Amino acid sequence: MKERIIGLVLAITALAALLALALITFFIFQAGLPLIAKVGLPGFLFNTTWNPTAKEPSFGILPMIVGSLWVTLGAMVIGVPLGLAVTIFLVDLAPERVSAFMRPAVQLLAGIPSVVYGFIGLTLLAPLVRNTLGGPGLSVLTGAIVLGIMILPTIISISEDAIRSVPPALRQGALALGATRWQVIKDIVIPAARSGIIASIVLGMGRALGETMAVIMMIGNSLQLPTSVLDSATTLTSNIGLEMAYASGAHRQALFATGIVLFIIIMVLNGTTTALVRRGLVRR
Amino acid sequence: MMVTTRQQTREASVDRANLRERLAFGAIWVAAILTVLVLLLIIGIILVRGLPHVSLEFLTSAPSDLGRAGGILPTIIGTVVLGFVALLIATPLGIGSAIYLTEYTRETRLTRLIRFGTESLAGVPSIIFGLFGFIFFVDVLKMGWSILAGGLTLALMVLPTIIRTAEEAILTVPLSYRETGYSLGATRWEMVTTTVLPSAMPGILTGVILAFGRAVSETAAVIFTAGTALNMPTSLLSPARTMAVHFYILAVEGISLEMAYATGAVLILTVLIINVVANALVRNVVARRLRA
Repeated sequence: MKERIIGLVLAITALAALLALALITFFIFQAGLPLIAKVGLPGFLFNTTWNPTAKEPSFGILPMIVGSLWVTLGAMVIGVPLGLAVTIFLVDLAPERVSAFMRPAVQLLAGIPSVVYGFIGLTLLAPLVRNTLGGPGLSVLTGAIVLGIMILPTIISISEDAIRSVPPALRQGALALGATRWQVIKDIVIPAARSGIIASIVLGMGRALGETMAVIMMIGNSLQLPTSVLDSATTLTSNIGLEMAYASGAHRQALFATGIVLFIIIMVLNGTTTALVRRGLVRR
Repeated sequence: MMVTTRQQTREASVDRANLRERLAFGAIWVAAILTVLVLLLIIGIILVRGLPHVSLEFLTSAPSDLGRAGGILPTIIGTVVLGFVALLIATPLGIGSAIYLTEYTRETRLTRLIRFGTESLAGVPSIIFGLFGFIFFVDVLKMGWSILAGGLTLALMVLPTIIRTAEEAILTVPLSYRETGYSLGATRWEMVTTTVLPSAMPGILTGVILAFGRAVSETAAVIFTAGTALNMPTSLLSPARTMAVHFYILAVEGISLEMAYATGAVLILTVLIINVVANALVRNVVARRLRA
């Protein structure tokens, strides 16, 4: 009897995460959907004017969608090659002593608060970009570089798992045929770990897309559509983070509606990751 | 007339492959060194520019003039209390969940659904947690901007971390331990509490400490649920400003760069300590396993 009650209590605790996800979905949608219903989905997504507090308010989030896209893609351009290089370094190149130091370092990179990254972008990188490349400094480029570094731990930890789980026999076979170590990595190991590596990239993408406070500090928060990487921009997240503090009424609804768009994109990205990881496991 | 023998072609191709390898490995070394340098640069700059302004007085006095002068005591208290409230809620839920998934059930449709929920929750961006916490805890449940609302929001956010690490820690406990427990006539729960949990405890603790680190670092989810009040919190229902939020406000509103660096230095040191402790715990466990 006592055992049965304990089992039941444990089952209930196990449902907490699922319940939390359900509550989050419900309340975000409940708070944001009325506005999307009012302006219509195309109008909300593709209108370029965001002026929620005007007499005739306008709720178009295209500038934020474009901004998020630019910053996220930029972060991938920086973070993916760097992350994969560090992963290969950890698995194949680093002497024992170096990797024993590298791994906690990468972990620490994940532990640094995002506001600290944003602060470095704001106080160091933005002036550097302004003085060397021009523009306002607080720009897509500044945000992308810092976000690229912020997503490194995500890319490294997941692709490392993927690369490590490539059967040693594959490597040995290729080496025995006279391939160089680099040829083995490039032509055997990476293709074999492909789905895990892609999963790490997609997850990193979700991280970059979801980051808020650091982005607010770095990209200048202008509502114009960016035309160059040196322009200021605004993203889905940064706009919510900035305006939530004072928004009310339809304006607040519009921020929750922006949250819905973000939430759906992230869920699709996460679903892709899970599917990729599972496919990688099944194939093995 | 030049005749290229097969031997020569092969040698040329081997040379090319070797050159390519050297170039690729060189680039990889550069990337690895660059990554470490960036980490050291970030930590170094904040500490070098911040630590000179950190004193015992800075840590133990209240801020004045919006944070332009004085210390950061209320934000330290706010951070610690908020972190503890979050862990107080998330730890039992997380460990209970992990025990259920590993010891009390086999793979069913329900466990797959639970895993899906945990994985998805781990991927939800913190700003979404902030929005949810604001509308649900602050607004619907009428907690207002408070430590309670912030702690509950953070608890949901760190729950997946605790579940996952606890699950992994429990799974590494050898099966023979359990068999021994059962053979001595223990019930499932007795076996879990006397054998599995003590043996998995260091791993579980690592997860809890890392979760505390996430709570300390968080801004977006906290600012809309616990608020930004600079007063000393007096109850679970008072609003609070954490160190990370204070740091953000000092920097973004241009209140004081000096104070921002000082607060950042304390924040970075806290995160460093948390990471070192978590790492030491993990290494300890690995060492013990190796000896066993």
